[in-house]
Amino acid sequence: MPATPSPYHRLNPLTKVVIATVGSIGAFALGGYAGPLAIIAVTLGLATVAGVVRRLTRASVLLSLPIVISVILVSVFTRAGTTVLFVIGPFDATLEGVDFAAQTVIRLFAISTSIGLFVLTTDPRALVLDLERRGVSPRFAFVAVATIEAVPTLVERAATIGESQRARGLDTEGSLRARLRGLLPIVGPVIITSLTDVEERSLALESRAFSRPGRRHLLWAMPDSAPERVLRWLLLAALVALIAARIAGV
Amino acid sequence: MLGLHGIGYRYAGFARPVIFDIDLDIADGEIVGLVGANEAGKSTLCLVASGLAPGSIRGTLTGSLTIDGVAMAGKPLHEFSTRVGIGFQNPATQLSGVTGSVFEEVALGPMNLGLPARETVERTKAALAMLGIEDLAEREPRRLSGGQGQLVVIASLLAMRPGHLILDEPTAQLDPEGTRLVGEALRGLGASGTALLIAEHRTDLLDGLCSRIIVIDGGRIVQDGPAAATLEDRRLVDWGVDPPSRVRLATALTTQGIDARIALP
Repeated sequence: MPATPSPYHRLNPLTKVVIATVGSIGAFALGGYAGPLAIIAVTLGLATVAGVVRRLTRASVLLSLPIVISVILVSVFTRAGTTVLFVIGPFDATLEGVDFAAQTVIRLFAISTSIGLFVLTTDPRALVLDLERRGVSPRFAFVAVATIEAVPTLVERAATIGESQRARGLDTEGSLRARLRGLLPIVGPVIITSLTDVEERSLALESRAFSRPGRRHLLWAMPDSAPERVLRWLLLAALVALIAARIAGV
Repeated sequence: MLGLHGIGYRYAGFARPVIFDIDLDIADGEIVGLVGANEAGKSTLCLVASGLAPGSIRGTLTGSLTIDGVAMAGKPLHEFSTRVGIGFQNPATQLSGVTGSVFEEVALGPMNLGLPARETVERTKAALAMLGIEDLAEREPRRLSGGQGQLVVIASLLAMRPGHLILDEPTAQLDPEGTRLVGEALRGLGASGTALLIAEHRTDLLDGLCSRIIVIDGGRIVQDGPAAATLEDRRLVDWGVDPPSRVRLATALTTQGIDARIALP
C-alpha cells in the first residue's frame, strides 16, 4: 500500500474524487463570490491538513494563470457595461467586466485547487486499484495506471535522447525556429522507442497471464469507512440539489 | 517435457517461414542453450515455444507444440503462462510499469491468475527467495540496475510456477556485474529442477551451465548435442557463433603449437 503521510492522504481515493468533483462543479454552479470563495477556503484548509498547501497554491496559480490572463483581457475590455473605469485605445474597461472577470477567476481557482488537492494527495495506483476493487475491469485499471506512469518515463527518455542528440551537434537552443527544428530528432526516437517498448511489454505481460479473463484478488485495499461512504453520498446529494436549484432558477 | 515437432513458423506478411522442421524435446529439469547468428531464428523459436507466436504475434504455425504431453494448439495464452514462462533482453520493457515495488511487480502474474491473495503473497516470497533478491522487495522497479531488473523479471516468471522457462538473450543488455548476477541465478534455477531454454550470444554464460546446446542456422537446427562437445565444435564459427573464451584460448594456444584443452572450473 502506498505511503500515506497525512489523514487526508489516508482518505479513500474515491472520497477524494468526490470532494474534487463536488468542489469543481459546485464552484461552477454556485457562481458569485461567496460560494467559490468558501470552496477555496475549505480546499486550502484540507490542503493544510495534508501538508501540501504551498505546493497546491503554487501549482493552482501557475496552471490557471494563462486562462486567467485571457479571461481578464477578454472580460474587462470587451464586456459591455455602463460604468467605464478607464480607456485604453479603442477599449473601455468597465466595472461590469471587472466584476465578471473576478467571479470567473475565483471559480477557476476553486476548480484548480479542488483538482490539484486530489492530484497532490492521491497515488494514481491507489485510485485505480480501488476502482478495480469496485468492479472496474483490470484491463481498464492497467491502461489507466500505465498511462499515468508512462509520463515520467517518457520525460526521462526525451531528456536522454535530447542530451544524446545535442552531443552530436543538434541545436535546441536559440530562436523559436531553431528550437522547433531541434524538436523532431528528439520526438521521433521517443515515439519509435515507445512503440517498440509497448510491443515488448505486451508480450511480457501476456506471459504473466494478463489476458486471462475474470477478477483478480488484489493484495491490498485502501480503507473505506462508513463515515466516508456517508460523506460521499451527502456531498453528491448536495451537488445534485445545487444543480437542480440552479436549473430551477433558485 | 516441452516438445516441438515438425515446427515451422511464418510471420504474417512474410513470404517465407523463419524457422523450419524444428524437432526438439526439452525434458523436465534440463538446461538447454540455443545459439545461432543474428536472424538465425532463435527468438522466433523462443516465441513459438512460449505460445506467443502465433498467440500474440500473428503468423502461421505448422507442426505441433506439446507441454507435459498436452497439445497446446489453440489454447489461450494465459494457459501457456502457467506451463512455460518467457523472458526477453531488456528488463525495462518487461517490467509492467504499473507497480510501486518489486514485491507488487512479482505478484502481478499470480494476481492475474486470480489466485487468492494469500497464495499470491506466498508465491511472490518464494520466487524472490529462489533468486536471493528478498532485499529488493520494497524497491521501486524503475530504479533497479539492469541486472537487478532482469532478476526481478525472472522472479516474476517463476511466481507463475511454470515448469519451463525460456530466456531470450537474458544478458544481452547487461553489464558484466549484471551478467554475473543473472548467471548465478540461472545456475541456482537449474539446480532446483526448472527446465531452461536459454537463447544467448554469449556462449560463456552457457558454458558450464547447460547440459545441451542446440545450434540454429538459417531457421533449421544444425547441431544438437552435449554442451562441452558442441561448444568445442570447429563449425561453430561457420554458423556465426563465437565459441566460449576457454575454447578460443585453447584454439589460440593450439595454433601456437601448444597442445591445450581447457576444462571448465
